Amino acid sequence: MRTEVPVAIAFVAGMLMIVSLFVPHPFVAVPAGVTRSWAIIITAFAYVLGVANIARISLETVRRRSKDWEYKAVLLAALCIMMVLGIGLGVRSGGAFDWAYQNLYIPMQSTMFSLLAFFIASAAYRAFRARSVEATLLLVTAAIVMLGRVPIGEHIWGKFPDLTEWIMEVPNMAAKRGIMIGAALGAISTGLKMVLGLERSYLGGG
Amino acid sequence: MMPEPATTGDTKAGILTRLLRVDRRILFIIIFLCVAIPLLTGARMKMTVTPPVKGLYDAIDRLEPGSTVWLAADYDPGSMPELYPMNIALIDHLFSRNIKVISASLWAPGPPLSQRIFETIGPKYGKTYGVDFVNLGFKEGREAVMLQVAEDIAKTFPRDFLDTPYDQIPMLQEIRNLKDVKMIVAISAGYPGIKEWIQQVGTRYAVRIGGGVTAVTAPEMYPYLQSGQLVGLLAGMKGAGEYEQLVARPGLGTAGMVAQSSVHLMVVIFIAFANVVFLIEKSRK
Repeated sequence: MRTEVPVAIAFVAGMLMIVSLFVPHPFVAVPAGVTRSWAIIITAFAYVLGVANIARISLETVRRRSKDWEYKAVLLAALCIMMVLGIGLGVRSGGAFDWAYQNLYIPMQSTMFSLLAFFIASAAYRAFRARSVEATLLLVTAAIVMLGRVPIGEHIWGKFPDLTEWIMEVPNMAAKRGIMIGAALGAISTGLKMVLGLERSYLGGG
Repeated sequence: MMPEPATTGDTKAGILTRLLRVDRRILFIIIFLCVAIPLLTGARMKMTVTPPVKGLYDAIDRLEPGSTVWLAADYDPGSMPELYPMNIALIDHLFSRNIKVISASLWAPGPPLSQRIFETIGPKYGKTYGVDFVNLGFKEGREAVMLQVAEDIAKTFPRDFLDTPYDQIPMLQEIRNLKDVKMIVAISAGYPGIKEWIQQVGTRYAVRIGGGVTAVTAPEMYPYLQSGQLVGLLAGMKGAGEYEQLVARPGLGTAGMVAQSSVHLMVVIFIAFANVVFLIEKSRK
């Protein structure tokens, strides 16, 4: 039963979604809508599980004073404070939650991502070498696109933007389309195997 | 035994090798200066508008005043330098054309960003919350949410970001689902985002889609542009800058262009220099 019931649920839900794409009749559309609502509710509950899980692991680390326990303590404090502010006082502009979001969350996340520019520059200088024909092609294309994607490129050479657009619209698109079609075929195959109960790894247990 | 005196060739090779192994903090300082100086001096640079950007501008410009657009703000502060300026420019353009905007997000940190823009730009055009624009907030559920709003928005978002019930928001009284909006403008940092809007809603419900993405995800969108499933696309900060140029309101995108240009140029110089040294060393061996 532990296997059959989930497989049966996956089959019914999956078939309903596939059929609803082709049959707009309320006989199919209504249960499909209900199933989608359930999917939204279940996904929302995953957040609760996620929070509970991270709280449990972090609390344990703090209790045992394991490595980097200080960071976990900050995480737990931030989690609790933001939850209290958001749920207790609301998320309206000008409120305490909004203040923390605008003045703590935004600067911190922006800082994390802005570091990428420095690491990319350093990595490009140290590791991006024309060691083979393929690497040379990649290097030349990257340089053209990097210059063609910013205004200075067209000031250096007027054809940089056109050349960049050609790279994006011809070789890039050909490769992307191939990858996308391949990935879509793989997704259809895996999806069908899950709906038909042939692929059961999502149930866990290997 | 006394070591042999170094020849001129050996000295040059030593200098080149040392340059390749330069302390990365020096590279960081150079990049920092490339970003900081243009931003602090307020330098500006004119740019050519690319066809995908013009495509989105024209699509919005052709919308009838009074019609409604769904603005999917699917990003977070990590992508703000690229996506926030285009979000501002798009809302500015939509308001200037008297088009109503429904904003929602499939990314939890997204709604306050749109709200901040609404509160800044709305008063400039005399727009009222609930009448000319609304922020429905965040909903988890990814593609399921997209399909659900395509069928029934009120069921998916029973209350807005400010906790007002759907049926008390004046501009939503005639909006039942995505068939009642003229276009989806999706600003996306990744998954779920514009690609999923195209796949799940665009073709199936015959809704036109355009939007903006980070520069790194733009190459993935070109097949959709060519097939017409995307009416236009803003790619990265330059896309935002080009759009600001089209709406004649220079903002954060335009301001960041010289800094981005300097960094790109510097990275290309780094790569070229490192490869020249690499090839010289290789030829010596």
